[in-house]
Amino acid sequence: MSTSPLTDLGLPGLRSGTEQVPAADGPQTGKDFTSDQEVRWCPGCGDYAVLKAVQSFLPDLGLRRENIVFVSGIGCSSRFPYYLDTYGMHSIHGRAPSIATGIATAREDLSVWVVTGDGDALSIGGNHLIHALRRNVNMTILLFNNRIYGLTKGQYSPTSETGKVTKSTPMGSVDHPFNPVSLALGAEASFVARTIDSDRKHLTSVLAAAAAHRGTSLVEIYQNCPIFNDGAFDAIKSPDTKADAIIPLVHGEPITFGARLEDGRGSKALVRDPASGGVKVVATTDVAADDVLVHDAHCDDPTMAFAISRLTAADYLDQSPIGIFRQVERPTYDDQAREQVASATTDAGNDGTADPSARLAELIGGGDTWTII
Amino acid sequence: MTHTDKQVKQLDRVIIRFAGDSGDGMQLTGDRFTQETAAFGNDLVTLPNFPAEIRAPQGTLPGVSSFQVHFADHDILTAGDAPDVLVAMNPAALRANLGDLHKGATIIVDTHDFTARNLTKAGYTASPLDGDTLAEYALHTVDLTGMTVEAVKEFGLSRKDASRAKNMFALGLLSWMYGRPTDPTTAFLTKRFAKVPDIRDANLAAFKAGWNFGETTEAFAVQYEIKPAVMAPGTYRNITGNLALAYGLVAGGVQSGLPLFLGTYPITPASDILHELSKHKSFGVTTFQAEDEIAGVGAAIGASYAGHLGVTSTSGPGVALKSEAIGLAVMTELPLVVVDVQRGGPSTGLPTKTEQADLLQAMFGRNGEAPVPIVAPQSPGDCFAAAVEATRIAVTYRTPVLLLSDGYLANGSEPWRVPAVDDLPVIDPAFATEKNHFPNGADDPDSSEFWPYLRDEKTLARPWAIPGTAGLEHRIGGLEKGDGHGNISYDPANHDFMVRTRQAKVDRIADSIPPVEVDDPSGEAKVLVLGWGSTYGPIGAGVRRVRKAGYRVAQAHLRHLNPFPSNLGEVLKGYDKVLVPEMNLGQLSLLLRAKYLVDAVGYNHVRGLPLKATELAHAIGELVGQAEGVDIDLGVWGEPSQKEHI
Repeated sequence: MSTSPLTDLGLPGLRSGTEQVPAADGPQTGKDFTSDQEVRWCPGCGDYAVLKAVQSFLPDLGLRRENIVFVSGIGCSSRFPYYLDTYGMHSIHGRAPSIATGIATAREDLSVWVVTGDGDALSIGGNHLIHALRRNVNMTILLFNNRIYGLTKGQYSPTSETGKVTKSTPMGSVDHPFNPVSLALGAEASFVARTIDSDRKHLTSVLAAAAAHRGTSLVEIYQNCPIFNDGAFDAIKSPDTKADAIIPLVHGEPITFGARLEDGRGSKALVRDPASGGVKVVATTDVAADDVLVHDAHCDDPTMAFAISRLTAADYLDQSPIGIFRQVERPTYDDQAREQVASATTDAGNDGTADPSARLAELIGGGDTWTII
Repeated sequence: MTHTDKQVKQLDRVIIRFAGDSGDGMQLTGDRFTQETAAFGNDLVTLPNFPAEIRAPQGTLPGVSSFQVHFADHDILTAGDAPDVLVAMNPAALRANLGDLHKGATIIVDTHDFTARNLTKAGYTASPLDGDTLAEYALHTVDLTGMTVEAVKEFGLSRKDASRAKNMFALGLLSWMYGRPTDPTTAFLTKRFAKVPDIRDANLAAFKAGWNFGETTEAFAVQYEIKPAVMAPGTYRNITGNLALAYGLVAGGVQSGLPLFLGTYPITPASDILHELSKHKSFGVTTFQAEDEIAGVGAAIGASYAGHLGVTSTSGPGVALKSEAIGLAVMTELPLVVVDVQRGGPSTGLPTKTEQADLLQAMFGRNGEAPVPIVAPQSPGDCFAAAVEATRIAVTYRTPVLLLSDGYLANGSEPWRVPAVDDLPVIDPAFATEKNHFPNGADDPDSSEFWPYLRDEKTLARPWAIPGTAGLEHRIGGLEKGDGHGNISYDPANHDFMVRTRQAKVDRIADSIPPVEVDDPSGEAKVLVLGWGSTYGPIGAGVRRVRKAGYRVAQAHLRHLNPFPSNLGEVLKGYDKVLVPEMNLGQLSLLLRAKYLVDAVGYNHVRGLPLKATELAHAIGELVGQAEGVDIDLGVWGEPSQKEHI
């Protein structure tokens, strides 16, 4: 049904994530998706950039506005749905994936989005997140990771580095943080990506790929909180350091980064590490070109993607792979659940014209009955 | 199988309890006897009772599982207080159930397991079958297992497999004693074990051997006859509460035209609702077994937002976990049916036993002022109508509704007159399709907007606009909503108004429910017995006893716990004393006292079992005595074993 150029995979047999969502009648603009509500994040918040990117991306998606639903939990980022003129629900803490699961399973004609944060998705809602990923429900989860609790005013989060000094950890936190991408890959998510709030172009390309993917797409967005965790992502944002901090992942391309060599490759490269079974960083010139790892996002086995995700710095973020880690086709929960209902309906000889009342009478009057006259 | 020329004695009712180890198949045996009895045309009520452990240590008291069936030639209301017949398959089953028997009751014991080891496990130092400890009962000692093994030896089964058919031998014997039709069980066994011919034939042979043993042995000299009951015309089937409740939800879907979406997590004793609904996908039913209770209700709320009938099923601990999400449904004003099959609490409590102690949780168990309508079925078959009613309220008023069943209703069964589908209410989801707010008047449609919190004047329900409806895009959520437009509002006056409006909407439901009916034959009773939920049967039976003894008492039962029927206050005022029997410490009493300033007298037991009619009769009698200023003597009507019509 949808003919959105952005989500047309161009691959016969592969179903797009928005395949059954009706396409818009005509061109749309960002304004069509902007609600009349005043945006109330702190000045300088990374959420503004993501909101702008989404508002300008949605017209390109080319879907009917009324068939798009944004669901959020609780936290700063979860105010997101109020600012988009689509259908939306600002729900309760951590539960957005389960509510979205109900919506996506009930209706194949909706494009379902979840907006969540590191606290919402990984602390209180961790269980729902991993089960949504495991089931592969057709929806896109935007996980805004600012590595801090913003709405409750600055406590450490499950992605904060160990030793973080906050209001609730004056002597430093002793918690080991989650790596959201590793977690998602461990849950066998079919689409896992990481992007950055301030890189509109990359963010938009990841959103497009995520929307096109049929199944649960998990997009971790590094997002700066200027009030409680300012500078957390400086290393990957600063022009001086980002070449060494960002490991760019492009499907089919050798993975190199750092200052450019004359041949255009980065000065650092990823190679397999026979000692650990994982992946390590070496000087590009120290290894044969063939030994440099070529990124394969479509590999069915998530082992390599996981190994790459482990190169994310756990403390100060001075190294992080960015891009689509994994994008594989796997049957979705909602498609299969609907298919069972459809096939049961067909088997019952009910093509939609059979009288439901008659079938109900048959059901409740079944079993061993006896009649008293 | 033919009838013999043994003596045939007429009875008007019998209570049989089958008891054995949890692996002995007592639930199946009881269920088969029940089906035979239903087919014969007696009225009946059943009470399964089993441990939470799937297989507690064999031969021990905690491992005892039992199934009680009460059947009669007249309409009956309870599974009976005290069994007339106990079938005990081992020493533990005898010991665990003996205390419930009245003197003179019949005990049929399988002697095979009365070994020193099993006696010790059951806590006996000497066999109760020796000596005169059971002298006050009509004791029949039979080697059921031995005879079963003998009867099935031609099928070449292992001794263990052969002895497992002993429950069918017992069923055959009891079927002979009470003249039950055997065809239903023969057909059942043939079908159930169709793929394992050895087991099928062994069970059929054991069943037949049990019948033949009764017919030929001199140990059982009397066969009993209980004539079919006179029941209202109609088509009947025997049904458990969970099955009826699942059917009611399917009916709610059909009657509203909404696809049903069940989001749930397995929990005793509610899981059978999930099992049943998962079979009915052909009705457009989707069942989602979530990762936890919260995800179950969350998905149901999501499905409701998307235009399905969202349902979640659970028991008390699950309601506790769902509380925040139910509050979200209160705030977002979305239809949602929350089924709570109550069990003994608090915490994990008594998972397989019954209780009514979640009423206040249903009423108040959320943060903030979060009123939720409450509907309760009164008998297993009534779970059907109660589920349809819960759906009607949820959809019509855009609200979560708590449907309070309990373990006794869920697993207990009774003959149910199948209702005509045409008689069920039609439920109109009335989805919003057009904008509803015209700031510049209806003449200027270009300025029109959709306001998700503009209410229906009569019901105070808000519009239900589902995704996919062009022009009605809107955002809802847990933050307080501004009246009408539904945008976030922190305005103090608006919050006060919205809190009162949500309460008023629930109160308005009273306009759509029938007045509470009082059964007061003389019209002069001074005592009213008021109940709710599964106590309907025991209260009715207790009231009958008191009336049979010659005293006046009125009875009423509540289907709606929130809001109460409009006339309830007037009804309560009409009586000098109000007795409120409950399987809790007085939760309905508390609500009645608070709302109506009535001096409700509680009758409260929390034993994990239904209230007993005889005990209730004494409690009612005592109150009648106080109200009428007379001494009460219930005579035979105060004894559990009396054999007249009750």
